[in-house]
Amino acid sequence: MTSILIKNGIVVDPEQNINGEKMDIYIKDGKIVDECKADKVIDANGMTVVAGGIDIHAHIAGPKVNAGRAMRPEDMKHVRMKSGKFRCAMGGVLLTCPSIGYEYARMGYTTAIEPATPTLYAIHTHEELDSIPIIDKAALPLFGNWHLTFKFAAEKDVEKMKSFVAWAIERAKGYGIKVVNPGGVEAWMYGKNVHSLNECIPGFEATPAEVLTTLMKASIELNLPHKVHVHCNNLGVPGSAETTAETIELAKKIGEYCLHITHIQFNSYTGDTWKNMGSGAEELAKLINDNPVTVDMGQVIFGHTTTMTADGPFEFALFKLAKSKWINKDVEIETGGGIVPITYRAKSAVNAVQWATGLEFGLLVDPDKIVISTDFPNGGPFTSYPYIITLLMSKKFREKEIEEKGVNNYIEKATSLLSIETERTFYDIVKMTRTTPARILGLKNKGNLKVGADADVAIYPFNCNDMPDYERILKALENPAYTIKDGEIVVKDGEIVSENWGKTFWVKAKEQSEVIEEELESVFKYYTVSRGNYGVREEWIRRAEAIRV
Amino acid sequence: MIKDVVCTFCGNACDDIEFEGDYGRNLCPVGEAKFARKERIKTPMINGKEVSYDEAIEKAAEILKSSKRPLLYGWSSTVNEAIRLGVIIAEKLGGIYDQCSSVCHAPTTLAMIEQGIVGGTLGQAKNRADVVVFWGCNPVEAHPRHPTRYSVMARGFLTRGRSDRRVIVVDVRKTPTAYLATDFYMIKPNSDFAIFTALRSIVNGHEEAVPDRVGGLKKEELIELAKTLESAKYGLVFFGLGVTHTRGHERNVEAVIKLVQDLNKKTRYILQPMRGHFNVVGSGEVPAWEVGFEYAIDFSRGYARFSPGEFTAVEALIRGDCDAAMIVASDPVAHFPKKAVERLKKIPVIQIDPHPNLTTKIADVVIPTAIVGIEAEGTIYRMDGVPLRVKKIKDTNYPTDVEIMEKLLEKIVR
Ligand code: SF4
Ligand SMILES: [Zn+2]
Repeated sequence: MTSILIKNGIVVDPEQNINGEKMDIYIKDGKIVDECKADKVIDANGMTVVAGGIDIHAHIAGPKVNAGRAMRPEDMKHVRMKSGKFRCAMGGVLLTCPSIGYEYARMGYTTAIEPATPTLYAIHTHEELDSIPIIDKAALPLFGNWHLTFKFAAEKDVEKMKSFVAWAIERAKGYGIKVVNPGGVEAWMYGKNVHSLNECIPGFEATPAEVLTTLMKASIELNLPHKVHVHCNNLGVPGSAETTAETIELAKKIGEYCLHITHIQFNSYTGDTWKNMGSGAEELAKLINDNPVTVDMGQVIFGHTTTMTADGPFEFALFKLAKSKWINKDVEIETGGGIVPITYRAKSAVNAVQWATGLEFGLLVDPDKIVISTDFPNGGPFTSYPYIITLLMSKKFREKEIEEKGVNNYIEKATSLLSIETERTFYDIVKMTRTTPARILGLKNKGNLKVGADADVAIYPFNCNDMPDYERILKALENPAYTIKDGEIVVKDGEIVSENWGKTFWVKAKEQSEVIEEELESVFKYYTVSRGNYGVREEWIRRAEAIRV
Repeated sequence: MIKDVVCTFCGNACDDIEFEGDYGRNLCPVGEAKFARKERIKTPMINGKEVSYDEAIEKAAEILKSSKRPLLYGWSSTVNEAIRLGVIIAEKLGGIYDQCSSVCHAPTTLAMIEQGIVGGTLGQAKNRADVVVFWGCNPVEAHPRHPTRYSVMARGFLTRGRSDRRVIVVDVRKTPTAYLATDFYMIKPNSDFAIFTALRSIVNGHEEAVPDRVGGLKKEELIELAKTLESAKYGLVFFGLGVTHTRGHERNVEAVIKLVQDLNKKTRYILQPMRGHFNVVGSGEVPAWEVGFEYAIDFSRGYARFSPGEFTAVEALIRGDCDAAMIVASDPVAHFPKKAVERLKKIPVIQIDPHPNLTTKIADVVIPTAIVGIEAEGTIYRMDGVPLRVKKIKDTNYPTDVEIMEKLLEKIVR
């Protein structure tokens, strides 16, 4: 491994309260070090040096993602790079595994989290993660509609829930607890959904509130590095803002940090029909700022994309609305999922409100509590992050976009976006793309440039102490001068120059599966795979790294 | 005893096999035949002459590299790890990757591209389905343990056995599966599309649009069948080559997908194609995540292009596009149309397979490998996409498919 000196760069690292200081950064053996003899010197004079970006929520691997690709050859036929020294890179919004790794690196991102994997399909998810070059990754197994989750939630048995969570995360080689529409996907097996936190889940004595509360307590007691990652009930419908507020209340009652609400934009609508739908972002942003909870944006990008979530009933509703093609997958007694193509139109009042709502969150929520995301591919491509960042940094750019794209002026009435003067500083942006996601994920060696941190670094060709206009910001963010991953230069001037393989993190929590032995034995009667074949072994993964708690 | 062994024969991928020496408990007769000792290709061969592995691999790499557009075909009976390397080899060579789906469930893929598919795991049949339909498929013979393990007699969470399920079989003849049925409907050949369409009309409340007879069924029978379908709390339609390989092809599949979509507006329904080989699903999934498409993929321009009917093996061979072929774990000489086989006979062919078959006879280079699921481990996908790790239960001197692919790739990118 080579050692590198990044000389005279302007460093931004909120974790160390460094805001635009001219500094030298040394890299050796894949880590940031104090000082060393450098084989290679990068002259970063006039350039901004930050840690590699972290995507906390992007559907990048697994059965759902791949079913989306198979259903949409019209999107996959887009050529990003021909085969040569590197793999051919295909895909428009949806991307192949090589494309995913290359495109993240080309934006200066070096870590991404696949946020929804059925444990039954975890082998598949890891096969795809293993095929993504360069970036580090991890997967969150789904818990919100698992029969055993319902059982332990109904019994309010935190001890058993803990054992179950530890057992399942170990089987999935997963990183934390993901919950999607708790109870709603089970209801979908009967053609229904659940509509409030306090209604009974069909066939069980538990409510969504009890599922969430028990899982949040379990995540604290297990000391998981990443707490409960939730796609709330009632996602995507007018009135969802209320459910989100109630979900935050549940976390507040517990009293310490244990809840990350994902793609908050999709869960923040007021009103009771699509006609009077509006944004609940202003109210919710206050709640988020005042309570122990974090979020990611779920920003919508105008254009076509493919929605995919474990929220089966939501995708069915979307299928009826969009009248396009529809994939559904009901998974044994643990989860489900759906896929529907969609186009977000600036001229549509509903889509315009969605677009504005995401930006409101990005401008109103404390940067220590919000992470930039599109819920790839649900809101749009992750390759739009430079665009989103620029919107957050420049009111002028927002105004230009609204004007040029002809964004429906219903947003004036239904959202507060136009009255927000805030322009995010680059320091805020680094928090929202590095520091904050690293903290939320409990990845201590990521998102900062401290001595000992992983040498994942992005160098952008602008001076953050003398910010250029929005056009140049956007261009610089789309074309980092360098991306360094594990101490190796992988991107130069926006192009891939070398390829390495990142790690897959998973969490090994203290397991006491004997406590739930009886329940596991009985539940496997209803599986079509043997218990011995359920899950993933560490040695099947290319570069697994266990985090023990 | 070795427990939880996965049977590597049909798309059921039963994973409850217990091996005691050579005896595998729980195997069905078809599976037993797979695991029984069979004739093996003894050594690598070039033009029928025994050679070393190194020589055979060197020769294979030479053929592939000097070829303008090699066809890499087969894959449905090996593991994903080998398939992935195969896709990369095809990409690096500028060749064509195609797999067995192109001659079996390709119409299902095409229909899925048009409509999507409402699916689920086989556990849904076991746990929830109170109406189970077998349409143009015959699991009793093709997937022998399907009825007991998953769909007809299985004891599940809501449906606790045969008496909790209404089983419907629709076919052109009284198959052995028909004897398991609560209701059997014998239809005329090539009438699937018309019948699906009639059923959709009834389900959607347009009974009046249905003629007195459709595809050999009386209108009353169609109404009765539609009512049975609607009566399900959770219904499941399994379909096979009787739907994909009769007149209409992907139109038939689209029609049954739409029927299932319509039924979901009233109750819950899912649909599952009865896939044949144990890893035919993987041979489509792997290229989808590597290069974007499931089959019929050409790399001659340095990137992936998908065109069924153009880059599918049979058509590419008949047109004379391919000037070399590598066949992995498959027997196209036995299954392809005569004209395609004639082309195979003319061009250099490399075969990678544990067992001799008709393709061995025409192959210029033959590389025998370990048997997947007996002598070699790896990942495969069951017919519903559920991933399983197949085991190595016996030692062997044969190299694995993965090892051969690794060596080939190394020689090709060098
Ligand atoms: S049903 Fe298929 S997978 Fe199961 S034992 Fe028989 S051949 Fe093997
Ligand atoms: Zn998501």
